[in-house]
Amino acid sequence: MKYLKQVSLCFFLLNSSLLSADIIEISPSADPYSEIQEALILASIGDTIKLSDGYYELEDSLSIDVDGISLIGSSINGTILSFINQQSGAQGLLVTSNDVTLKKFTIQNAKGDAIKAKGVDNIKFINVKTEWTGGPSSLNGAYGLYPVESTNVLIDGCVAIGASDAGIYVGQSKNIIVKNSTAEFNVAGIEIENSYYADVYNNTATNNTGGILVFDLPSLPQQGGHHVRVFDNNVVNNNTDNFAPEGNIVGEVPRGTGVLVQANSDVEIFNNNIGGNETINIAVVTYSYETDDEQYNPHPSRIQIHNNKFGISGHNPDLETGELAKILYELSEGDMPDIFWDGVVPISKILSSKVKKETIILGNNGDATFLSISPIKYMLPFLNPVIRDYDWFVGDISPLERVVLSEN
Amino acid sequence: MKINKELFFCFLCLLSVQSQIIASVDDSVVLASKMPKKLSDFGFFSNMQLQVPQEGVLPYDLINPLFTDYADKLRFVYIPEGKSAKYHEDLVFDFPDGSALIKTFAYLNDAADSELEKQLLETRLLIKKGGAWRNISYVWNKEQSEAFLNIAGKTINTSFVAESGDIKKVRYRVPNINQCKECHQSGNEIKPIGPKARNLNQNYKYENISMNQLDRWSDEGWIDSEINYKTMPDWSNASIDLDSRARAYLDINCGHCHIPGGSADTTGLYLNFTEERREHIGIYKKPVAAGRASNNFKFSIKPGAPEESIMPFRMQSRDPGIMMPESGRFLNHDEGVALINKWIKSM
Repeated sequence: MKYLKQVSLCFFLLNSSLLSADIIEISPSADPYSEIQEALILASIGDTIKLSDGYYELEDSLSIDVDGISLIGSSINGTILSFINQQSGAQGLLVTSNDVTLKKFTIQNAKGDAIKAKGVDNIKFINVKTEWTGGPSSLNGAYGLYPVESTNVLIDGCVAIGASDAGIYVGQSKNIIVKNSTAEFNVAGIEIENSYYADVYNNTATNNTGGILVFDLPSLPQQGGHHVRVFDNNVVNNNTDNFAPEGNIVGEVPRGTGVLVQANSDVEIFNNNIGGNETINIAVVTYSYETDDEQYNPHPSRIQIHNNKFGISGHNPDLETGELAKILYELSEGDMPDIFWDGVVPISKILSSKVKKETIILGNNGDATFLSISPIKYMLPFLNPVIRDYDWFVGDISPLERVVLSEN
Repeated sequence: MKINKELFFCFLCLLSVQSQIIASVDDSVVLASKMPKKLSDFGFFSNMQLQVPQEGVLPYDLINPLFTDYADKLRFVYIPEGKSAKYHEDLVFDFPDGSALIKTFAYLNDAADSELEKQLLETRLLIKKGGAWRNISYVWNKEQSEAFLNIAGKTINTSFVAESGDIKKVRYRVPNINQCKECHQSGNEIKPIGPKARNLNQNYKYENISMNQLDRWSDEGWIDSEINYKTMPDWSNASIDLDSRARAYLDINCGHCHIPGGSADTTGLYLNFTEERREHIGIYKKPVAAGRASNNFKFSIKPGAPEESIMPFRMQSRDPGIMMPESGRFLNHDEGVALINKWIKSM
């Protein structure tokens, strides 16, 4: 009897959720903003707002604040939401509710960020494109796909073009999958910042200033970024001049950077195809600015790099942007490595021989070359601080666990 | 300007006495789960067009108001009879269920030689029900006789008479329900911004008596009369020290988003009055997600150099991808920008 009751209750719930799941269809009209925004506000859990094929010109920022709804276009290039004449709002679309799915549309020429999702759980971006159509320009918005302070983030089959900071940027989040996506002509193609548990795979990052960035920054609500796997990606020819407005941290990334890891711990970079990046294929560095934040650890640790296939790099380094390329070029005397670690360690650990293994662990990367700096020798005159001995950093790889999103 | 507003209220109050309308706020409408289509259904006003409050509804003013395109704001508070609000030192009062904060945005254009008529734009409500605040806006009709429920927001292209006497054009935006939340969000809740005890602790000209607003509220039995309430420095009062004025201005205009748990906490820039860490206030703080809004400047605040500081740059931009606050502003607040520039210069 009890069992039956539960079954009938299940049926009841199923029925009621099916009954209440509406599909609201919208086509381009004279006032698309009001039509779409009103639908997004009046929708209830389970509803889908469908945008038919076409070009929607919007003057104000759209927002979603209802849990469990989907905004779905006809196809990634078929439904275009254009913000070319945007008058208000700091982004094209803002999501502040849980269990939202965005699918099959393009956000074009937003005045600020294209799509921001703040403080949400279980957000899905599937076959969504964010684009600034005028080519790389410091006047483009900062981020394309921009989930922040969120959990269970899925970015699948998306395209991000032209962001003046990062095309796909996941910040201060937890449980993240970025896959099957393409980032091109952004300053940073894909950036995972101050985040925990991210899998970044099967993506193509090309023609950006830097392909894939894994960063941790100080003085933010969530820091101590860790457990990031970057694998099976194609990170090639990221040679677009840095067009980030000055002051922004990515403004320091030299043109021609493949993968850049800064101040994170537990990052595993493997099975990627990384090449044609004119400055460096992979660099691992310390955060080098002053900060009042005493909780912050500016040093990377346990960065594992293995089984990557490297193409050429360092053949035309960007000596104009930031310090990285300049230092590297000087130390290597022009013979640029595939993998670079700046060798900066906490003063307390400077004499410890364990430090190198705690920072960077190399596996088999074919005939990849390596360069690091010995901090002790760097401080003493007449000693060559350059370490080029790859084998010195070879160690056992301890694979990180794959990231699993928890869905409700 | 302030005097004019007070005169206007005296005039309203006289009118209300003369018209002798006896009615009251409809608590069942206030507490209903669905918001009514018309503002008048609540019964907050005995005369809608003249914004004469119903008995039991008190007008109030804030020491520091939030800037909204130079709009005049007529504020009213309603607390159901026999109920009271709890005091929190750094937060807004904890109002009981059935309370309403009512704010009409208008261009009063009330200078003697004004070329423009008074224009009521919208009335925003925060209503406390089931322990949570609900937000909604009602937009006034052309005839100015009624305001209607608005969901998706609205653009009102209009003009108003500035203090200088010039006529200024404005693309006034009525926020949609979600946009209200962007500023009023605190953690997972919606909260009022203005009516903290310390921001109310000043005199108000009621009917024929001028008296302290908090004293009046305790006379009504709404709040505890025994507490020694603090007072917020008035940012527009030039006799107060610059640092307090600037921090008070940033608190009311920015501190509801730029506060841990607020919409802008991802940036680590905290502008609430009680923040004391220099880097979090913006001093030598590098931008995090500003993009082109950094204008190639390296810090939110570069002491001594407002012309190289991101904060005032964003305050005087009208580009939606750059401007701060992100919403509720089409025009620049020149006086506020001047204050922040002076403050940064003095550092």
